[in-house]
Amino acid sequence: MSDNNKIIRMANQIATFFHSQPASEGPGGVATHINKFWEPRMRRQLFDLVDNHNGEGLDSLVLQAVPLIHRPKPAEVPPAAAAPA
Amino acid sequence: MSLVPEIDFGTPAARSEKMVTLTIDGNEITVPEGTSIMRASMEAGIQVPKLCATDMVDAFGSCRLCLVEIEGRNGTPASCTTPVAPGLVIHTQTSRLKSIRKGVMELYISDHPLDCLTCAANGDCELQDMAGAVGLRDVRYGYEGDNHVKARSNGEANARWMPKDESNPYFTYDPSKCIVCSRCVRACEEVQGTFALTIEGRGFDSRVSPGMHEHFLESECVSCGACVQACPTATLTEKSVIEIGQPEHSVVTTCAYCGVGCSFKAEMRGEELVRMVPWKDGQANRGHSCVKGRFAYGYSTHRDRILNPMIREKISDPWREVTWEEAYAHTASEFRRIQYQYGRESIGGITSSRCTNEETYLVQKLIRAGFGNNNVDTCARVCHSPTGYGLGQAFGTSAGTQNFDSVEHTDVVIVIGANPTDGHPVFASRLKKRLRQGAKLIVIDPRRIDLVSSPHVKASYHLPLRPGTNVAVVTALAHVIVTESLYDESFIKERCDWSEFEDWAGFVAEPRHSPEETEALTGVPAETLRGAARLFATGGNGSIYYGLGVTEHSQGSTTVMAIANLAMATGNIGREGVGVNPLRGQNNVQGSCDMGSFPHELPGYRHISDDSTREIFEKLWGVTLNNEPGLRIPNMLDAAVEGTFKGIYIQGEDILQSDPDTKHVSAGLAAMECVVVQDLFLNETANYAHVFLPGSTFLEKDGTFTNAERRINRVRRVMTPKNGYADWEVTQNLAHAMGLGWNYSHPSEIMDEIAATTPSFALVSYDYLEKHGSVQWPCNEKNPQGSPIMHINGFVRGKGKFIRTEYVATDEKTGPRFPLLLTTGRILSQYNVGAQTRRTDNVLWHEEDRLEMHPHDAENRGIRDGDWVRLASRAGETTLRALVTDRVSPGVVYTTFHHPLTQANVITTDFSDWATNCPEYKVTAVQISPSNGPSDWQVEYDELSRQSRRIKGKLEAAE
Repeated sequence: MSDNNKIIRMANQIATFFHSQPASEGPGGVATHINKFWEPRMRRQLFDLVDNHNGEGLDSLVLQAVPLIHRPKPAEVPPAAAAPA
Repeated sequence: MSLVPEIDFGTPAARSEKMVTLTIDGNEITVPEGTSIMRASMEAGIQVPKLCATDMVDAFGSCRLCLVEIEGRNGTPASCTTPVAPGLVIHTQTSRLKSIRKGVMELYISDHPLDCLTCAANGDCELQDMAGAVGLRDVRYGYEGDNHVKARSNGEANARWMPKDESNPYFTYDPSKCIVCSRCVRACEEVQGTFALTIEGRGFDSRVSPGMHEHFLESECVSCGACVQACPTATLTEKSVIEIGQPEHSVVTTCAYCGVGCSFKAEMRGEELVRMVPWKDGQANRGHSCVKGRFAYGYSTHRDRILNPMIREKISDPWREVTWEEAYAHTASEFRRIQYQYGRESIGGITSSRCTNEETYLVQKLIRAGFGNNNVDTCARVCHSPTGYGLGQAFGTSAGTQNFDSVEHTDVVIVIGANPTDGHPVFASRLKKRLRQGAKLIVIDPRRIDLVSSPHVKASYHLPLRPGTNVAVVTALAHVIVTESLYDESFIKERCDWSEFEDWAGFVAEPRHSPEETEALTGVPAETLRGAARLFATGGNGSIYYGLGVTEHSQGSTTVMAIANLAMATGNIGREGVGVNPLRGQNNVQGSCDMGSFPHELPGYRHISDDSTREIFEKLWGVTLNNEPGLRIPNMLDAAVEGTFKGIYIQGEDILQSDPDTKHVSAGLAAMECVVVQDLFLNETANYAHVFLPGSTFLEKDGTFTNAERRINRVRRVMTPKNGYADWEVTQNLAHAMGLGWNYSHPSEIMDEIAATTPSFALVSYDYLEKHGSVQWPCNEKNPQGSPIMHINGFVRGKGKFIRTEYVATDEKTGPRFPLLLTTGRILSQYNVGAQTRRTDNVLWHEEDRLEMHPHDAENRGIRDGDWVRLASRAGETTLRALVTDRVSPGVVYTTFHHPLTQANVITTDFSDWATNCPEYKVTAVQISPSNGPSDWQVEYDELSRQSRRIKGKLEAAE
């Protein structure tokens, strides 16, 4: 998933659906969907896009949804990397 | 053990609620009005002799053996064609009847060979039984003279004699044994609905003829086996019976092909399977079958089956056979090493929609409890995940609303994005039966599928839409229904949220959704669409059946919601004859979804973030479960390419062949350090595997499958697993190697655990299934008999939810380089990736994937029927042979994906459904040009497969 375009595309596809829904459902709908179905790695990439790349390429509705998306815990450090060398 | 007893009542059951009492041979019996005297007798335990009658087809009255005498009536009427009447007094055995029957039998036998001892039907011949029943002792006419029995008469060739037709790979037709009872002809018409058989000639010249005096294989025959089942003699006989002999015991089990889930009797001699015969009491199939379930089981004993575990360090190495212990230990240590090195989330698994519920449950349990993450998914991801999502949103449950029997009560059927005569043949036969009775049909499909026009079935409307425009078409149907006020206001007010309906109605009523506006986009003439909408809304009980042509799109979930909207708006939910019916692809794809195979939910569709649900499993399993959703299959492959996903356990699925964008799948698999494949054969995915665990067939294990109508059916073991272990045992042993203390001694104990943890399965147990035959979930205190039809008094979620469905064009667009749209599908004789059916004689019907294209497109490119063509998309290219046909519209091409050499998925892209990541198989922009033969990629891949299948110390494995 180093391919950010894929994350952008998937997020924007979800936003496209919610654009057609009543406005009140928009940001909440996008956030709920991402919280329910996106594994933490995918959400981390999304937050990376938002935090470090100004959310470039992301639909406005995705950006509005960001505050409602659960920020995953930092990636687990594998035991091998944590073990003293 | 013995044969499962089945009573032939001679004629079908009558449906009347009015009861009639009569006396037969001194026994008083009460039966529904409309019952035949023959059936009433059988219900009283009296078997009237018969030959042309059997309860799978309507009475015919030709053999004159079933005559009876009725007090106060003249003559000797046929009991099969004479209905009961109140107070009748009937005698089935009188001296007059005895002598008539003997005379009739004498005539039959005078033109029948007397090779009973060496005849394949010996022990299962109704003609022989009837000769015995009527006490036939002599044939006064002799056997000379005109006959159909002998090849030569008086030294001359006998023109009436015909040799055996052995063209069909599974059964023979021996005209010399035919008594022209026409049971086969009627089975083909009434049960299968193909009308491939007829009686040619008249009088003594009459004989059964496939098509226009053709061989079976060349005729329209679809080899469903109904005629063979109906035949009372050895005229139509399974080749397996001819070769092996009559079975001595039988066991009821469930077919492992499509989602119809037909019940079969596996008829056995010892541990050898003699034949599979559809079980009359099977509630999905009602005694019918198709060529796959009935005949295509030879793969189970095919020499390609791998029976010993194997491992290898690198995928370029040859395989090395090892002991089971070594395979388990190696896998466990590799998985633990990977988790140590790359983290707990770096491995995952895929459950199989072909394995049992119990096996699927164990695999997801191994991943959640043993791997300690939720990286579990199943092949439903690539087929019906949008059904789960869409119906969950609209109705509150992720499954179809009806049973298959419901089709008997429907008046208007929409079939959209499904080709039942090929994909779900037994359901198609049941649908066609209803259509012949007068129900109306609307087909929405880019191709002119068989249902659009076939013998005695004609669709009222065919909407040949451009691939990718489902949402626009279904929303336009809703537009007509709303703007012409054809909706069911009282249903909506009672069952749905009225303000949501008003919002939705306002949306679909916008002029841009009108058929006239969308015609340019969808290619469907506005008037045709309006006609279809009016018919569906006003034609009585309306039902919608759909398949992967709905789900496998970037708007798959949206189309499912649009279908749900349509059903609710017209009040077609919650009773017989209506409903939303996803036709599931694989035998247990419903079950694998029910069993918690999706990364975001535990068994029973409960989200992983729900604390109380997790607690149930945490207590029972003694672990803490991760509350975050795991990776879906496409996400796993993405993560693998990225380097954060390194190991996978795949039970019974061939993702390399079945998943889209093959090059991306192979890149993902190649990037992993431990790929474990559990399967019957070295499938395509196994080319990238490091561990191979041999799988077992459905004949070799106990368990349950859940079909498309939510029916939980038993699978029963009839033979010892050739590989030594049922798949659930292999998973359990692997769990042991990973340190889990599981202790299941039989799959019934796994079902008990499912029932204990999953409310919709609360009452299900093997004992319960033994008692009820099968049940449809939810099966619990509230629905102890199960739930044939859902949402009867209200929706599971409370109020049905109308959802706006805006059409969004897919990103996969045609252009100058790729001007045609490719869509994909199945063919009757083959199943999915073909791993099973390609290893049977079904290849006689379909030995290669062909590319269907319209004559106009073919001519433009100088392509003739049968030419090799190059099929290229933005993702890749392959070659196959063209089939020029006007079944597809200009601009659209079509192929199947049953053969690995074609690898249609090299062409498909990685676009997917917005909600579920279900891949967009059904729309790919392509170009087609003449070609000389296989592409470089095909040649390379073929070589890779050959290399990859080498086993140390063995000859090259054959594909």
